[in-house]
Parts: sequence; C-alpha cells; structure tokens
Amino acid sequence: MKRIISVLMENAPGALSRIVGVFSQRGYNVDSLCVAPTDDPSLSRLTIITHGDDKVIEQITKQVNKLIDVLKIVDLTENAHIERELMLIKVATRSEAVRAEVKRNTDIFRARIVDVHANNYTIEITGTTDKLDAFADTVGQCAEIIESSRTGVCGLARGERALRP
Amino acid sequence: MKMMSGAAMVVEALKDVGVTHVFGYPGGAVLDIYDALFAQDDVKHVLVRHEQAAAHMADGYARSTGKTGTVLVTSGPGATNTITGIATAYMDSIPMVVLSGQVPSMHIGEDAFQETDMVGCSRPIVKHSFLVKRAVDIPDAIAKAYYIANSGRPGPVVVDLPKDIVNVQEEHPYVFPTDVSLRSYNPTERGHPRQIKKAVDALMKAERPVLYVGGGAIASDASAQVLEMAEKLSAPVTCTLMGLGAISGTHPQFVGMLGMHGTLEANKTMHNSDCILALGARFDDRVTNNVDKFCPHADIIHVDIDPASISKTVNAHIPVVGMVDKVLDQILEQLVNKDLSAQPDKLKDWWQQISQWRDKKCLTYEQGDTEIKPQRVIESLYKHTNGDAYISSDVGQHQMFAALYYPYKKPRQWINSGGLGTMGFGLPAAMGVQVAHPGATSVVVTGDGSIQMNIQELSTCLQYNLPVKIISLNNRALGMVRQWQDMIYKGRHSHSYMDSMPDFVKLAEAYGHIGIKVNKPDELDDAMAECFSHKDRLVFMDIAIDQNEHVYPMQIKFGAMDDMRLSKTERT
Repeated sequence: MKRIISVLMENAPGALSRIVGVFSQRGYNVDSLCVAPTDDPSLSRLTIITHGDDKVIEQITKQVNKLIDVLKIVDLTENAHIERELMLIKVATRSEAVRAEVKRNTDIFRARIVDVHANNYTIEITGTTDKLDAFADTVGQCAEIIESSRTGVCGLARGERALRP
Repeated sequence: MKMMSGAAMVVEALKDVGVTHVFGYPGGAVLDIYDALFAQDDVKHVLVRHEQAAAHMADGYARSTGKTGTVLVTSGPGATNTITGIATAYMDSIPMVVLSGQVPSMHIGEDAFQETDMVGCSRPIVKHSFLVKRAVDIPDAIAKAYYIANSGRPGPVVVDLPKDIVNVQEEHPYVFPTDVSLRSYNPTERGHPRQIKKAVDALMKAERPVLYVGGGAIASDASAQVLEMAEKLSAPVTCTLMGLGAISGTHPQFVGMLGMHGTLEANKTMHNSDCILALGARFDDRVTNNVDKFCPHADIIHVDIDPASISKTVNAHIPVVGMVDKVLDQILEQLVNKDLSAQPDKLKDWWQQISQWRDKKCLTYEQGDTEIKPQRVIESLYKHTNGDAYISSDVGQHQMFAALYYPYKKPRQWINSGGLGTMGFGLPAAMGVQVAHPGATSVVVTGDGSIQMNIQELSTCLQYNLPVKIISLNNRALGMVRQWQDMIYKGRHSHSYMDSMPDFVKLAEAYGHIGIKVNKPDELDDAMAECFSHKDRLVFMDIAIDQNEHVYPMQIKFGAMDDMRLSKTERT
C-alpha cells in the first residue's frame, strides 16, 4: 500500500544521504522523494512516497527516526492530509489543431501554459499524483510529449496536526 | 580563552572528554595531530601494526570497561582499514569514536592522494558521523561524538578531520562545551509506566517464565537488576552470546546460552515458556531459528533502548522502550507490592521440567585418548584461571566452545564479535582489554584461521608489554566451515584446510614472545600451568586439537528453537 512519510530533519550536510541510505541498506522502496528547507532554515522537511505492508512501514519509520539528524517522522497516510505534486510537461504543438486541443485540456485540468515556443508548449500542473498521471495521459493522446519533470509528492496533515520540532 | 591550533584542540578535547588511551597509526593527514600527541602524557597512544586492529583494540577496551574506545588513523587506506572494526562495533552496539584524517578541505572531491570519502564509506555502519569543516568546531564535534557514541544504544561515531583545519600554523579560540545536547536526539531511558504495569501483570501471571538476556544488559550495567529479578521471580535465565556474564554462569537458575549452539535446556526453556522477558536482546536469526515456529506459547515482553529492535523479527506483545537497568528498576519497584512467596511453588513444575532437560547433559563430549578435545582445553583454561580471566574470542568453533565451556562470572568478562562474526577480532580485542586492565589476565581463545588474520599485532604486544595469553585451538582447518561442509556438503572440504601452517612457536619467538606447542591430552594441564606462570610475558599456546570435533548442540535449520542435533548421530 502507498504511504506518504514526512520527515523533519536537521538541514545539515549528509542528512539526506543518511535517510536515503537507510532505504537502500534495508531494501525499502522509494517511489518519490521531495526535500527542501522549511520556514525555519535550520530544518529540512522531506516527503517520501513508499510502499510496503504495515510491518515494513513500521520498520521504516523506526529506522529513519533512529538517525541522529531526524527530529520527527510521521506517516501522513494514517490521517486526513493534503498531498500535492508539481509537473512541468513540454508537448509538441506543430499544428493549430493540436495547439487548440492542448489548450483545451490544460484549461479542463486547471493547468497553466508557462512557456510558448513556435513548436511547443510547456505546461505547469499541480495536484495529486493521480491527477498528474491523468493529465499526462490525456495530453499525450493529442500531442507528442517531448519531456516532463515532476517534483515528487509533498504533503501536510489536515487540521490541527502538524510536524513541528 | 585558550588559543590553540586545530591539532592541539583535538588532543585537548580528548583530555576534556576523559580519554586516556588512543589506538592508532600515523600518516600524512594526521601528522599535525600526532605532533600534538607527542608533547603530552595525558592521552597515551598505542601504535598498532594495522588499522583494523586499532579499531578492535578500542573495541576490546570499550567492551571490558564500558568506556568509549578511541581510534586515530590517517585518511584513505588508514581510514578504510578501520571499516571492519567499525562494522564489528556497530553490530554489537559498542561505543567507539574513530578520528580519521582527511585531505585538506580544498582538495576534497579531487581524488587527492590518500583521499576517500570516509563519512560516505562508513555511513551504513556508524551511529553518526561528522565531517568537521572549521577548526573552531572541533571541540563541539568531539564532545558530541563521545556523547552520541556512549548514550542510548551505543555505537561507533566517525569524526573526519581535514588536514587544513588541524593545521598547527593557525590558532583559534578553544571552547569545550559544558553541556552537550541535541534537539534531534533524546533516547528514552525509562519505560512507559503503562507498559511497566503490563509487564508486571504478565510476569505475575506466568507459570513458565524465562529471562532472555542480551548484550543490552551488559551495556547498561544491569547485572544486579537481572539477578534480583531472576531471584525474586525464581525464573530461569538464559543469555545470548552477547549477554554471557550478565548473570553468573554458575548461578543455579542459569540454564546456559540459547540459540544455534545454545544448550538444550536453554532452547527448550524458551520454546516451552509462557512468558519471555527479553532484556536488551534482539531476537536475531542465530537465536530464533525459524521465526514462524518461535516460542509459540509465550507472551513476549521486549525491553530495549532501540525502538527499531522491538518487533523487528519477532512480534513483541508488551514492548518497553528503555534502558534495561532503568526498566528493571521500575519493574522491581512494582514487585515490592506483590506477594512473591508463592513464586517458587508456582514454578515447581516448570523447574522439574527444566531439570529433566538438564539431565540430558547436552554438553557432554567424548574424551580423546590420543587427540585433545577442544572442549577440554576450555575447561582446563577455566581451571587455570579460576574462571576470573577476561576471555576474548575470535570467530568459529573455538568461539562456541569458549562460550559454552567457560562459565563467565561477571559482565564484560567475555569479549567476542557476536553480530558481525569478525575473524581477526580476538587478539587485538584482548590487547585492548589488557591496556584497560594492566594487572588482569587477558586471554584470547582463537584458532589457526582467525589468529592469522591479525597476527602482526604480536609486534605491538612486545612494544607495549601486553602479556596476553593466546590459546590457539589448532585443528589445521577452518573448523566451523569444515563442520558445515561435513553436515551439509557430504564432507567435501572445499578450501577449508590449511596446508602450510607456520610454526607458531617459532613465530611467537620471532616476535619476542614465548611459544608452547601442545600435542597430547596428558600434556595439556602442565602446559596450561606453565602458560599462566609467565605473568609478564605473552605466551602463545599452539594446541593441536581433534580436527573432526563438531560443536553441539546445534539447531536444525528451519526448525523451532529446540529442534537440535545433540551429537553427530543424535537429534531431539
């Protein structure tokens, strides 16, 4: 089952490699990974999408929490949460018909065209992983996808819950 | 505020931490630190012959004292040579700090001479590591390294020191932190009261309890509590390979070591128990055998400082995160209010059952007329040391014989590489023990395979006058490999024999020590007496033993804990 693990850690050299190391050393899966400093620049927040049974997820959270650089860890999937991912996708738009169709799909998905070139559009879309998959699928049916880049998922718990030091 | 160079800061910080001994080997990147060591007497340095041995010596020092062992090596090969020693300490949760030199900061990443990414190389086998980037950070990094290494679940910490920051030409203010704390690291030392209550209730209800004691009981110095607990409950006690000595091996409630080569009574007691109190043990595969068949009737109370050890392989019914000594204190406090007078009576049937298993006398072996049995060597060793010696061990059959036939009276008396199983560990570990306890008898039980993996340290022993006693069980083969080949590979001894053994007596003499060769059973006791009569000399006992002896009992693969072979022909 897919899990969203959120980790609050020291924004220190080597901290990220230690966390990634735990996953490779112990044979856990990483489906996506997203990391950046928080509002407190001494801390980083990392979101990992992984999958496994309850026993594996329990071990992942314990082993990651054991790292000296890690302050807190939470499995967001256990409770109501918001998850978002951002994708930039560049599609070939060689004819007027394709341009129109791409624009129409972009509007339907509430995405935005952020760069226009003679032969291609670059579109920005934000949402859940499923939404991004669906958009790539749909736009791919009307235009050739040249390249795409995704950030991986980041997330927060809904309501009063928060991951704070 | 004192001003000093980075190199002087390293030595000053070691003094402030209370380090008395450093095991190391100099080289380009640490010459400044070595120069700072030269000018003082507070921190003594032991020059090894190979950096792996420095790590094992620091390890033996740490295991026998509880203090953190310290290693100092240069960059590149100096650092990588310590890797096996660091991994050994990591697997057994031994506090150690490895100070490694590094190429100057501006050359990191350029594949400079003797450059390796030590923080990267060691990452999976350290508790934590530091790459120090400014000289002023040296005292803080060293203080944190020692705090992390020897708190919570202990383990090795690497401090990588680029050459430019220890440069003797530049001076910086030295401030040693008065208090070390990390916001991201706060080990839970006391058990949660609700879990303590559950544990007490389960123990009071139990009719067939057992204490399963591991290395965590040694690390937290919980022997007194283990003994009190065992006696209050009248419960049997078994120890893991790492836990031997946590309770005296001669205590009537001790049923022996458990696991792959555990005693029949220990494994039977575990398998039939209705309540297992696991204390700083981690249910590893050399204990549990097939986890699906593991102790089917037992409620498991698992006390461990490391939450990740709990329910990792075997599900714990009552998890208690905390230090073994503190949690046992909490449980014992609760037991004060309980009436325990009926305990011996309640456990009468249980003990009757256990004594029947004991009656099988699973450690009995056939005495040889012409060939020396390895078990007899260990028994003789016990006799000639009054059971008081520090015994370090290498890895293999001799390790199991030393674990089974020498009842350890005290914690920290038995020193072995349990988790990683590092051949070559024994001699340097025994040297570290000797450095820590100059007047004590420090013995290494080894074999002809293991001893040759760090034999160069005989030279270090002479330099520092370390009168270690080497008991080498020489069977002209890699005994444990050979045993498995006998059992599983129809006796096809693929590359497990050694065809050109050195003359160990001459070898010992060449290094300036005493060598004694023992060939026959009737020579053994006299030779052993002679060995220990040389109080101030290293003696190498090369004892020719029966090549065909196997270690028994032995668990049968994929079986339950108590499915065992008792001899070459007999099974449970």
